[in-house]
Amino acid sequence: MDGNIQTGRPKILEVNNLRTRFHIAEGIVHAVNGVSLYLRQGETIGLVGESGCGKSVTMMSIMGLIPIPPGEIASGEALFNGKDLLKLSESEIEDIRGKDIAMVFQDPMTAFNPVLTIGRQLSEPLRVHIGLNKDEIRKRSSELLSQVGIPEPGSRLADYPHQFSGGMRQRAMIAMALSCRPSILIADEPTTAIDVTIQAQIVELVQTIRSDMNMSVIWITHDLGVVAEIADRVMVMYAGLILEEALVDDLYEDPRHPYTQALLAALPRVDKRRSKRLLSIPGAPPNLLVPPSGCPFVPRCQFAFDRCHEEMPELTCVAVNHQAACWLDVTTGKPR
Amino acid sequence: MADIQPSNSAAEPPLVEVDQLKKHFPIRQGLIFEREIGSVKAVDGISFFIQRGETLGLVGESGCGKTTAGRTILGLYPLTGGKVTITGISVDHATKEEMRTFRRKAQMIFQDPYASLNPRWTVSAIIGEPLRVHQLLPNETARQERVHELMLRVGLSPRLINRFPHEFSGGQRQRIGVARALASNPEFIVCDEPISALDVSIQAQVVNLLEELQDEFNLTYLFIAHDLSMVRHICDRVAVMYLGIIVELAERNELYENPLHPYSQALLSAVPIPDPKRDRERRRIILSGEIPSPINPPKGCRFHPRCPVAIDQCKQLQPEWREISPRHWVACHLAA
Amino acid sequence: MTTTTLEQPQQGIPRLTPDELETPPLSLSQLTWRRFRRHRMAIFGAITLFLIVVYAFGGMLVFSEADANHTETGNALQAPTAQHPFGTDTIGRDILARTIYGGQISIIIGLTAMLVEVIFGVTIGALSGYFGGWLDNVLMRITEAVLVVPQIFLLLVMARYFSQSIPNIKFIGRTFSGSVLVIIFVIGITSWPYLARIVRAQFLSVKTNDFILAARATGTSTRDIIIRHILPNISAPIIVSATLSVAAAIILEAYISFLGLGVKPPTATWGNMLEGAYNYIESAWWLWFFPGILIALIVLSINFLGDGLRDALDPHSRAL
Repeated sequence: MDGNIQTGRPKILEVNNLRTRFHIAEGIVHAVNGVSLYLRQGETIGLVGESGCGKSVTMMSIMGLIPIPPGEIASGEALFNGKDLLKLSESEIEDIRGKDIAMVFQDPMTAFNPVLTIGRQLSEPLRVHIGLNKDEIRKRSSELLSQVGIPEPGSRLADYPHQFSGGMRQRAMIAMALSCRPSILIADEPTTAIDVTIQAQIVELVQTIRSDMNMSVIWITHDLGVVAEIADRVMVMYAGLILEEALVDDLYEDPRHPYTQALLAALPRVDKRRSKRLLSIPGAPPNLLVPPSGCPFVPRCQFAFDRCHEEMPELTCVAVNHQAACWLDVTTGKPR
Repeated sequence: MADIQPSNSAAEPPLVEVDQLKKHFPIRQGLIFEREIGSVKAVDGISFFIQRGETLGLVGESGCGKTTAGRTILGLYPLTGGKVTITGISVDHATKEEMRTFRRKAQMIFQDPYASLNPRWTVSAIIGEPLRVHQLLPNETARQERVHELMLRVGLSPRLINRFPHEFSGGQRQRIGVARALASNPEFIVCDEPISALDVSIQAQVVNLLEELQDEFNLTYLFIAHDLSMVRHICDRVAVMYLGIIVELAERNELYENPLHPYSQALLSAVPIPDPKRDRERRRIILSGEIPSPINPPKGCRFHPRCPVAIDQCKQLQPEWREISPRHWVACHLAA
Repeated sequence: MTTTTLEQPQQGIPRLTPDELETPPLSLSQLTWRRFRRHRMAIFGAITLFLIVVYAFGGMLVFSEADANHTETGNALQAPTAQHPFGTDTIGRDILARTIYGGQISIIIGLTAMLVEVIFGVTIGALSGYFGGWLDNVLMRITEAVLVVPQIFLLLVMARYFSQSIPNIKFIGRTFSGSVLVIIFVIGITSWPYLARIVRAQFLSVKTNDFILAARATGTSTRDIIIRHILPNISAPIIVSATLSVAAAIILEAYISFLGLGVKPPTATWGNMLEGAYNYIESAWWLWFFPGILIALIVLSINFLGDGLRDALDPHSRAL
């Protein structure tokens, strides 16, 4: 059984066995250790994990944004439109960035250049990729700002980033990402630094846009609540590996990996009365300088047994459209 | 706004009493002689009390003034108006002696685990500082023993007593901060976003620790946070702040199940729930507009520009702070 | 929901896992030393500096001060020989011995001027940066006023008018003319503004950190906050500045002594030895070569050392 979701829609991005490393003075950081994922047309996938798990590095590797050196893409392929993104030259991938695949980042403060106007920055992808003239650009930029819900868009084009609030900057960044009608939007922790009411606005905005434009979205976050809202399918990462992958409802109702279970049990709920103490996962995420051997979650896992120390489990199918990388069958409590 | 008196006057007076607290930061301009041209009204008249052993949550989004409130309550900023009384000591009128006692009994845990510990001091010096300053123990050996004890209590290995902060992870550093706050045997601790900067799997560790310590030492907490789910989990009563004032204050379950102020309602509906089915079922209230600046709060009810149900009266008149149902206070014309 | 076999959270506090205890204790000083070690020029500078200091002070064991001042006009302007390895000067004094004793003065002036500068600069910078307000205003205006005064001019004027009236001092078995004190004083009190500004900027920045707020919440006294909390965190720029100011003071002294207005003969300094060589640049190269090269060497080595320290103490450099 293959475990892939049978929705009939074509896959537009397929990543196979990506490994990314960083060479630093203290040694080699194994940031991504064999990640495979895919994205179907019109789908939204959530890539979830705590800091250091490699979720951002995975996306940056695909987009060619890892500085090489000290970074190194040790193996893998990232297929998009029949091409392997990892093998493209700098100018080839520049062609794709901003046009076919667009990214939105976490910190709206630093993502914009403080000395250029929003209009100038917003129109850059349009100028670079599509080559419209000045009037067309102005019109389109204004439309974009309005599409992301910024009032009086025409006059706001002349504003500088510091004149926009955090939420508005994030919207402007989304507008910039959408300008060339990309088929994929990669959002890397876009609402982490934002207040919760503004976050709700941004999430709603992205949901509207993706259905309007039939866009596919990869949403990277550590927030399991946001992912539940926005994703169709979720992947849980830890120490550079995907430990579990499932449709969103299944992941939350029926988590099959001890890490996912522990994470969900460690979360308080805003909609339920408190029943018991939160489950705290002992220890801390591992040091990526040490090359992986066996399952990286072992030091913190209640159920770890011999095989877990020796061999890294592969992602295997545990239910329909549901994969987990674990030697244990959590439904029975016994090794597979 | 009226004072809040505990409606069931318990035999013991509240440990913490805050009455119409104001903290304004002047904005100055001028080359040689600076004039005050306005002020940032970070905290503009808040009142509440906390009973011994209780945890009061203070929630709100950025700019609401909750962090400023916490610091002003502890006397770290001189207050602009109102009164704060903790263990019978009035913070603004305390004598030097009283202030010394105050500093022993009222402590703070900070948000940023990286900035809240002196990078040049060892853990021993950091945790031992309150012991030295208040001369609680006769000599260095006794202090070291107590530091040792405190480290064990917060779950840090005492072998690390002479290490430096940079050698610890974020979660461990927060524990050091907790140990430091505990060193002088305080009665009241202001927890200023103590877990916001930590990974999800570590947050539960620290929260559980705080709860255990509260039980063991009968501590009283003011828990300042923006994570409403965690606040529901750990707090007994919750106050919602917006733009410098408290708009609603109630017992925990009452607030979360029956929020009366439109802002509280919107805020709660915006919090993501890690449960996709429930998330889809619920009604979202998306607020329009951005959070205004505390320099010039809107006239009348501060929330009216963004309020989905504002009426004319809201634009003219500031709502009164009223006890709508037992121990449930709201400042809203419509809720009355 | 599948019934999981996950237990209820265990009582007690989670213990550290073994790998959290692995890293060996490395204090910030040890890290700094490691970074410093990699800087070849800095090591070269440190060694050279050490050798010069040994030369200047150790030389006292070989030559006495009398040797340095002993004139032998019959032997004047002799090129280097076995008996006088650095030659003799215009009145027959041994140049080697004079460079030794001259070096002591130059180095002492460098060090003490640096001390004066550091005391003034750090105190004023700290008070200004920490307290702000009117105190900051006043102190900064004073600082700026001092900066306006041309250092050389002040040095010349004070050296000229005061060097006569200050008595000689005895130190390490030598007698120094009062002009040395005047020079130290003037260099010190005109160089501190640079350091004061740096210290003030550092205080302004460090002051905003949460750990300072935590110290206030603990009840730590202001004095302790400044001295025990903030100062250790800004030791880096102070150390670097102090190091480089030693070199600056040495050059300054050489400069005014060369102009004839610094330390007066017979007391030797490298600077006044150069002054004596002015008329003999081509004919008696050994008169200026040896003191000149010593000045160059000490200044260069201090600068290399300072560079290395700056890099080593910078917490943002990619360590180890």
